[in-house]
Amino acid sequence: MQSLREMLRFLLYRIGLLVPTFIGVTIAAFGFIRILPGDPVLLMAGERGVSPERYDELMRQFGYDRPLWEQYFDFLGGIATGDLGNSLVTKKPVFDEFFTLFPATLELSICAIIFAMLLGIPAGVLAATRRGSWLDQTVMGTALVGYSMPIFWWGLLLIILFSGILQWTPVSGRVSLLYFFPPVTGFMLIDSLLSGQKGAFTSAVSHLILPTIVLGTIPLAVIARQTRSAMLEVLGEDYVRTARAKGLAPVRVIGLHALRNALIPVITTIGLQVGVLLGGAILTETIFSWPGIGKWMVDSIFRRDYPAVQGGLLMIAVVVMLVNLIVDLLYGLINPKIRY
Amino acid sequence: MADTSTTAAAKPIDPRLAVLREFWFYFSENRGAVIGMWVFLFVVAIAVFADVIAPHGAIDQYRDALLKPPFWQEGADPRFLLGTDAVGRDMLSRLIYGSRFSLFVGCIVVSGALVVGVIVGLVAGYAGGRVDALIMRVMDIILAFPSLLLALALVAVLGPSLINAMIAIAIVQQPHYVRLTRAAVLSEKTKDYVVAARVAGARPLRLMFVTILPNCLSPLIVQAALSFSTAILDAAALGFLGMGAQPPTPEWGTMLAEAREFILRAWWVVTFPGVAILVTVLAINLMGDGLRDALDPKLKRS
Repeated sequence: MQSLREMLRFLLYRIGLLVPTFIGVTIAAFGFIRILPGDPVLLMAGERGVSPERYDELMRQFGYDRPLWEQYFDFLGGIATGDLGNSLVTKKPVFDEFFTLFPATLELSICAIIFAMLLGIPAGVLAATRRGSWLDQTVMGTALVGYSMPIFWWGLLLIILFSGILQWTPVSGRVSLLYFFPPVTGFMLIDSLLSGQKGAFTSAVSHLILPTIVLGTIPLAVIARQTRSAMLEVLGEDYVRTARAKGLAPVRVIGLHALRNALIPVITTIGLQVGVLLGGAILTETIFSWPGIGKWMVDSIFRRDYPAVQGGLLMIAVVVMLVNLIVDLLYGLINPKIRY
Repeated sequence: MADTSTTAAAKPIDPRLAVLREFWFYFSENRGAVIGMWVFLFVVAIAVFADVIAPHGAIDQYRDALLKPPFWQEGADPRFLLGTDAVGRDMLSRLIYGSRFSLFVGCIVVSGALVVGVIVGLVAGYAGGRVDALIMRVMDIILAFPSLLLALALVAVLGPSLINAMIAIAIVQQPHYVRLTRAAVLSEKTKDYVVAARVAGARPLRLMFVTILPNCLSPLIVQAALSFSTAILDAAALGFLGMGAQPPTPEWGTMLAEAREFILRAWWVVTFPGVAILVTVLAINLMGDGLRDALDPKLKRS
């Protein structure tokens, strides 16, 4: 009971800390076209330029002729009612566009992080338990290469190999154009199964493989390195020695006693990869024409679709802040040493 | 004065030299770090002597040799060791000149982010209270955005160019320096030697830069190595997206962007710039790992 109340207080405290950051984020997303040098309307018009009449009209249309604080409070009011303005290109509400495309990025990110964990944690454990061996050196060397990888180039290489030479996987998109089914969940893997069409699921999986590897590479390297160093720290602890002295099988010692404690910092690391994933999604989605948030942001930036960029920046920052909050709370749940 | 000269005579080793020696002892124990250092020095040498080494100019076009493969493949032109790109420019020369841009980006971004970050972090940690809270909230805001996305958005507004890309990357990297410096200052501030200096009448600026800062350097040096490689990667990524160095600049990321359409026809225009980025970044990260092990007293014995 006591701990529940304390957790609740910690939750409120953490949310309280987020409030000024959130306000700051709204100011940053709002201000980046208005405060930085450059006239927003001229920027949107690009090199074609606009006539003075059209310029005045556009200024009025977007409300750029009104005082900044008035525009800002309009923006804040819009956020409160879920209205982030309309995209200049598609004319659809930015809020709706974001949530149409977000599942694609979420699906890709979840697959990437699962891929990274499935390979990274065992690799780190293996390296730690055989410390100094050639296996350890190979695993850690590979991890450092992965960590140093320009992933946009890595994606191109994989396309050359698997799509070009071997012709195993498609080059772009989420599912073959042969299949058409309504989005139910927005997750292609689930939707293709629900559609009941033969081959749709296989097609979705084959489209997902390369982007997953590309986006998962850096998190994989980070997780492997972090798991290794956390394991090394834990393996030196007294309770591990006790477990060994009791005659427990090495697998049991490592799996049950050491790994459980070593995973605590690893989970934090995984949580911190969210920003990396969203940044990586920009490059991965561009290379594989994956219709998600990352590609949408790049396209919007190039099309000078400023309402979309402004709304997208805000939504992405909110996602990052929420995930960081969840990671913090999870950390308290799984780490018995921390009590709020 | 006489005092110092006698001690110097008694101990022929300058204490600074001793620190360096100890550092080198730990650093050279790490084989990867030493290899990384040699590779990095090699890249630096290439960048410095690019004019002498490069067989052709970076933007010289040979209209009679478009998309020639590297020398070991059939149909290669002996003039171009690593082949040519779609408009007949020598790949090898462009790669050689490209090293200049990557190292330049790394140096400028790291020094910019480091200087600003350290000053802001010192002020935040030293001043405390409202100033500190305000600075840290601003840093939280920058960190709430994925760094590449923020850099991309900043460059879009500033205008795509290598200089603006460097400014944007420095801005998104700088919060890490602020946080590190502030944390180090907070842990040093209350220690006896700082209190002693304050009591002796040292003024805030002297306390910040002369007394406290030198004792906070280790994590900053490690961070600098890390962010050097991140800066190169981010600048290449921006170049790849068309928001960094503009063609015909032989920047590696920009070269990759230009090569994208030939990906299935001419593997060499896609492969080599990426290898160059990977090798450079890997060398710096190897050095960074070595630096961390050599400078972090907590890990020294492990």
